[in-house]
Amino acid sequence: MSDRLDVRKTYKLLINGAFPRSESGRTYEVLSEHGDFLANVAQGSKKDVRDAVVAARGAQTKWSSASAYNRGQVIYRLAEMAESRRAELGEHVGLAEGLGAKQSAKSVARAIDRIVWYAGWTDKIAQVFGGANPVAGPFFNFSVPKACGVVGVVAPQESSLEAFVDAVLAPICSGNSVVAVASERRPTPSVLLGEMSATADFPPGVLNILTGATGELAPILASHEDVDGIDLSGLDEVVANELHALAAGSIKRVYRSGHDAPASTRRLRAFIETATVWHTIGQ
Amino acid sequence: MFIASVGRVSTVPLRLVVPDEIDVVIARSTDAPIVESEAQLRTVLSSLSGVDAVGVEARAAKLATRSIKKSTKMSAIDMAISMVDLTTLEGADTPGRVQSLCTKALRPDPRDLTVPSVAAVCVYPDLVAQARRTLAGSAVAVAAVATAFPSGRASMAVKLLDVREAVAAGADEIDMVIDRGAFLSGRLGQVYEEIVAVKEACGDAHLKVILETGELVTYDNVRRASWLAMLAGADFIKTSTGKVGVNATQPVALVMLEAVRDFAETNGRVVGVKVAGGIRTTKDAMKYLVIVNETAGSAWLTPQRFRFGASSLLNDLLMQRLKQQRGAYVRPDEFSGD
Amino acid sequence: MNDKNLEKSRLGALVYDPAPESASIANIKPSYGLFIDGAFSDASSHEHFVTLNPATEEVLSTVSRASDADVDRAVSSARRAYEKVWSKTSGAERAKYLFRIARLIQERSRELAVVETLDNGKPIRESRDIDIPLAAAHFFYYAGWADKLDHAGYGANPQPLGVAGQIIPWNFPLLMAAWKLAPALAAGNTCVLKPAETTPLTALVLAEILQQAELPSGVVNIITGDGSTGAALVEHPGVDKIAFTGSTEVGRLIQQRVASSAKHLTLELGGKGANIVFEDAPIDEMIEGIIDGIFFNQGHVCCAGSRLLVQESIADEVLRRLVRRVEQLRVGNPMDKNTDVGAINSAAQLARIEELTAFGEREGATRYSSSCVLPEKGYWFAPTVFADVAQSHRIAREEIFGPVLSVLSFRTPEEAVAKANNTNYGLACGVWSEKGSRTLWVAERLRAGVIWANTYNRFDPASPFGGVRESGFGREGGRQGLEAYLNV
Repeated sequence: MSDRLDVRKTYKLLINGAFPRSESGRTYEVLSEHGDFLANVAQGSKKDVRDAVVAARGAQTKWSSASAYNRGQVIYRLAEMAESRRAELGEHVGLAEGLGAKQSAKSVARAIDRIVWYAGWTDKIAQVFGGANPVAGPFFNFSVPKACGVVGVVAPQESSLEAFVDAVLAPICSGNSVVAVASERRPTPSVLLGEMSATADFPPGVLNILTGATGELAPILASHEDVDGIDLSGLDEVVANELHALAAGSIKRVYRSGHDAPASTRRLRAFIETATVWHTIGQ
Repeated sequence: MFIASVGRVSTVPLRLVVPDEIDVVIARSTDAPIVESEAQLRTVLSSLSGVDAVGVEARAAKLATRSIKKSTKMSAIDMAISMVDLTTLEGADTPGRVQSLCTKALRPDPRDLTVPSVAAVCVYPDLVAQARRTLAGSAVAVAAVATAFPSGRASMAVKLLDVREAVAAGADEIDMVIDRGAFLSGRLGQVYEEIVAVKEACGDAHLKVILETGELVTYDNVRRASWLAMLAGADFIKTSTGKVGVNATQPVALVMLEAVRDFAETNGRVVGVKVAGGIRTTKDAMKYLVIVNETAGSAWLTPQRFRFGASSLLNDLLMQRLKQQRGAYVRPDEFSGD
Repeated sequence: MNDKNLEKSRLGALVYDPAPESASIANIKPSYGLFIDGAFSDASSHEHFVTLNPATEEVLSTVSRASDADVDRAVSSARRAYEKVWSKTSGAERAKYLFRIARLIQERSRELAVVETLDNGKPIRESRDIDIPLAAAHFFYYAGWADKLDHAGYGANPQPLGVAGQIIPWNFPLLMAAWKLAPALAAGNTCVLKPAETTPLTALVLAEILQQAELPSGVVNIITGDGSTGAALVEHPGVDKIAFTGSTEVGRLIQQRVASSAKHLTLELGGKGANIVFEDAPIDEMIEGIIDGIFFNQGHVCCAGSRLLVQESIADEVLRRLVRRVEQLRVGNPMDKNTDVGAINSAAQLARIEELTAFGEREGATRYSSSCVLPEKGYWFAPTVFADVAQSHRIAREEIFGPVLSVLSFRTPEEAVAKANNTNYGLACGVWSEKGSRTLWVAERLRAGVIWANTYNRFDPASPFGGVRESGFGREGGRQGLEAYLNV
């Protein structure tokens, strides 16, 4: 054992590319699966949600109008960052989920491979989900999938990294910006991923991560009228039902199923809008 | 001068200017605006709005669904008869054929004197004199195709001589062709000059300028050629010679009627439209009248401002007229062949 | 008073004699029951309501009002048909049923057009040339998908959802029924369809067509009623999917109600479409497009181009031409083949249009209304253009759903996009310009599900239709339209 004292880290929020403490000044204690103290994590508030949504809105147009190639590069860069910090991620996933070293390493590997999968999707989405439509008339008619805008993500509670990767990258790779509420009890792997995103050329505001009480933050996100879609997969059914009804206030797109097969594109499609353009064809 | 008034951007305060309100006199050549340079002409023509082919065809197709029935049909048939330029433009034309055509023009249905005369008889220049003789004293005009009709491929001197001889032989109206080659290769000044010169050679005769829209191909060209002809002094703009693959079409007529409407609004001079070639049925004629009615307006629903260049159309109009009267279909042989 | 009647134009002096389509073709029965399990039956409560011809206020027929018990009967019938028949019917066989239905619609198209016009008030030209042919086309299009779902882009062997409850509006009654039924059936679902209260008749003729097509009993059930019938359908636990087309207000309620169920949901809601006109637009076609955009179907169109955004440099010219063109519109008897603008569908809708337009005048917009003579009986509103409209006016923000256009202006493409997007809706927009690159630049930035460039109000079964934001979610039409009825 080293006699050197650890330098501990403060786990903060990620809003608009910066790592602020919660505006409320609150933190909460995160314990490992075995009940050991892990960290004091920022406990986000209503105003943090507000700020994160403003940041996400501000970043969204530019992110979605960046070339799909560019978005793919950025996401792939995140995989590179994660790869180089596999050990650290593995340690956190292990502590958070109570997994042994081998299992947590496998989980991290799957998560990174998933990031790569999404990196490859960015410039396929339009071809797979869009295309030309043979209308009966002198029109060139084509459908383009577009981002739906700002997506709120209530990340799954159990899977601290893998599920988080899926939940945030599915909307991001199609050009949405995201305000994510991390797993309440197991937030540190997602906070780490957020830190990596900042060094992976993610434009500020594209990915915002809030830690704190899911029960406090999720309703604010669900009722926020400037949030266009919401992933409720981190909530139990009763709460998800309530928030789904709240989300209906502004006709949000709502994604709830958390059990899609890995190859499913359901989550990807949940936050895509098909825009169809007609143009006349004539001399 | 006039250039300022033909721009698309209206500076007049908002109020309805309906062409019908304009006190219209068919202009003489001296009234025609003069473009001072080819550059000026280009400026004017390029300031014109483009035409969306899909939109104009859809609009024409929609107007074609208008249902013309009963008394409207009866009056529209008579209107159409009075707008016909009864035409024969064959190499085999003879004075005899022209004479019988003129007889028909004067009194399309000898048994029914309520049938109006047609507007004009349209012939080659060498047969003008014959037509003039037969039609003497009548309101039916003699129209001559000239300027090396139908191709227009002759020297300017030949074209002008063609016109002068036709006028001298008694033509009231001259149907000239523009130089489509010049237009398509961008020699707009040349096309303009030719029309001005022919107009001058026409003297008192009315000038119809044939754009040969089937060779201009695009609606943008049709619109520009219409304006070019009107600026150069045309009394009428006409779609076609009837001698090429594509003749008058309803969308082309629509574009030309928009042009005369807009020209009248901005320049105060009313120009007529003649559709020619391929119009054989009453149904077709009705469709054109609807387009006139709903595009340029009722002021154009007169033989002074709208014509059909046709030959077999007349008999179909007469047949339909009789059918309306009798309430039963009639034989084609009820009417003389020409 | 800002009410400036249009100066009377003499355009249209070739006075068209009335050319009425014959109402007798319609063959409307004095009363209709509910179409459940392949047969017509009376409502359990024996309650009825009448459907009127909005152009004359005459009663056309009496239809049954489905109660909760009837909704239950219809859903049970659909469930049985799903489990016993339709889910075991191969895609190729389903396709043939849909092809049959398409053909039968074509065969009875004239009858359907007349019924539609009598019940809805829309011009016969539109029901004849647009509604009915497109309805048939939708069945043709989706028929072909039924045995090709593996190729629809959602993985191999995609499964249907089960029983679909479908609630449709009164503006395109048969067409909306086709938009709902065709993809649902192709994907292998069974259906309970509720037509709008004021326009039930073509759906009931469609029920007869389904009988003629020998579609297995219960695969499609058609139940008439009012909002309470629709609510019962939404709430019914036996329904796996709700597809709704109608107002944003009701859509919101439906989303709230299904939130705590496993029901799938697609919504096609309201809109406040911007028609953006640049100075280099093809002016004559653009004027026609603006007219079509707002006066097609009396403006009872969720994707209507109800906000005209015109570049300032041509604003006066466009308004002048527009006002002249409005005056030319032939308003009147919907059964006349020469009618351009028909009757408002109901007294309630007319009241709403009148209320909002009155507000427009009070807010200071300049009103131009056609001087057309409106019939004395029936529900009518003269085509109207409001100039000098500010972005903040109610008539620029709220869906009027009537023949009323609000004209606003802009200076740059950026401003046009900003103004077009400054709404909670996002269904459709138009862009008019001869400059392709700018058109595509604008199209890329518009928040709308459908963008028409140099055209407006075009529909095709192969073209996905649907909105963003508060205009709803999900698409109808095209390959994307299948997604709404597959568990993918």
